Amino acid sequence: MTVYLSRLAHARSGDKGDISNVGLIAKEPQFYGLLLREVTAERVKAHFGALVKGRVTRYELPNLRALNFVMEQALDGGGTISLRTDAQGKTHGAALLAMKIEVSTDELTH
Amino acid sequence: MIRIANGQGFWGDWLEGPVRLVDGGPLDYLTLDYLAEVTMSILQKQRRRDPSLGYARDFPPLIARIGERIKRSRIRVIANAGGVNPVACAREVRRLAPQLEVAVVLGDDILSEIDHLLQAGQELRNMDTGAPIAGIREQIQSANVYIGAFPLAEALRTGADVVITGRCADAALSLAPMIHEFGWKEDDWDLLAGGIVAGHVIECSTQATGGNCHLDWQSTPDFAHIGFPIIEASANGDMVITKHAGTGGRVTQGTVKEQLLYEIGNPAQYMTPDVIADFRTIQLHDDGHDRVRISGVQGQPRPQQLKASISYHYGWKAVGTLVYSAPEALAKARVADGMVRQRLSELPLHFEKIHTEFFGVNACHAHLASRVDEPAEVQLRIGARSGDRESIERFTRELIPLVLNGPPTATGYGEGRPQAREIVAYWPALVLRSAVLPRVEVVE
Repeated sequence: MTVYLSRLAHARSGDKGDISNVGLIAKEPQFYGLLLREVTAERVKAHFGALVKGRVTRYELPNLRALNFVMEQALDGGGTISLRTDAQGKTHGAALLAMKIEVSTDELTH
Repeated sequence: MIRIANGQGFWGDWLEGPVRLVDGGPLDYLTLDYLAEVTMSILQKQRRRDPSLGYARDFPPLIARIGERIKRSRIRVIANAGGVNPVACAREVRRLAPQLEVAVVLGDDILSEIDHLLQAGQELRNMDTGAPIAGIREQIQSANVYIGAFPLAEALRTGADVVITGRCADAALSLAPMIHEFGWKEDDWDLLAGGIVAGHVIECSTQATGGNCHLDWQSTPDFAHIGFPIIEASANGDMVITKHAGTGGRVTQGTVKEQLLYEIGNPAQYMTPDVIADFRTIQLHDDGHDRVRISGVQGQPRPQQLKASISYHYGWKAVGTLVYSAPEALAKARVADGMVRQRLSELPLHFEKIHTEFFGVNACHAHLASRVDEPAEVQLRIGARSGDRESIERFTRELIPLVLNGPPTATGYGEGRPQAREIVAYWPALVLRSAVLPRVEVVE
């Protein structure tokens, strides 16, 4: 079945210059494996499309059952240069949670 | 065990935050973080106009307000409110609260050292892009090194009630009292890492206690009275994140995890002036209601270089808005956007970028936004950026005429035309630790 990532995870995002990072955290311990499998750097890069012009790197934190996505050239120059409403990437976490992923019903309940 | 709280996550955070912290329960140290990346350049400009300014002006009145209370309860304050003029800030605090002793940490300001550093072979390349600094050398407005916690701990040793710094690592504000109280050494890497992780959790104030938290935000208790975060720090490096009883918000593993991941890069190497922390070693445990324990954090030796934050004149920008109502609100806004762009292109102007958002439709999430077929209204928001101030000044005149010249139902222009604003941009660079000499002064 197709579900929104928000079913499995919560997130927070912020900036460092023109870099936006999204911390993605499994809502239940057993969902961490699904995040590892489904939410790859390539898929995140494709999901954000024109919003993120640079590279996306994924870091794993199994101790927190979380992933950190570091997205470069993601804020139209960032900080004071950016003309975007969301110049600090504050809403990028919410945008990632709107990604659709494929899971089986079993995986959601076990 | 000592209790260290943060009552200000940035300059502009809730004014009652620090007051509620000192009134709401036991506390040993109150930290306050005032400096965002671009704040230093604003303060530098203020000091150029008036040599007695250049610090966070909210800070001295706050200390006047809580001065009696912190003196009585022996709560000590550590704040980076000094900006580019910590001594002036300290003098104003002394004037308003003469019963308090004040120490300052100096040495972060390297603006006058830049040529010397370049001659000595330090490149000051942009850490993010690798670009050489030569291209912006003449536009530099401020340059400050992020100082670590040890000079702050030295300032606490003077017995001061209030320690004021300029630029320092945000989490160093919390680490300093642990070094001071527990006698941690410069190579106690795991202890320092534990302290810096806890400092990172509270440095953005209520983002640790349920503010800006995605997880079940609808059930977050009493946002209006949200409790500001407190570390209960132990000498063995264990840290409990909590808040005063009876306050709103909450402390759970969910709120702590979101803040742990906030504005970090590679979690294996969280770089600070005092230690490199490995976030993959953090262990979280529930420790009762609104209490989360952090333990097991490992650190590696501190980097040989310190991060500097350099600000420079980049150009000019302005952002203007107009509102269109239904019917066909979005279609009208699109036509209006086309008009502005057409008219600007026919004038002898230069823009680096013109950026359009349809507020209420796609401003934050662009193509990811859920579709709205017939919004009741749309705000057209156009921004322009240029090295040429005149082009931006002219751009600011191009929106309001559409009220008469363009599609119907244009409104929402009551604020008048937008302001052209200078863009002061941020240039992160690395400086050899040996080139920076922090020092402490007690201000009479």
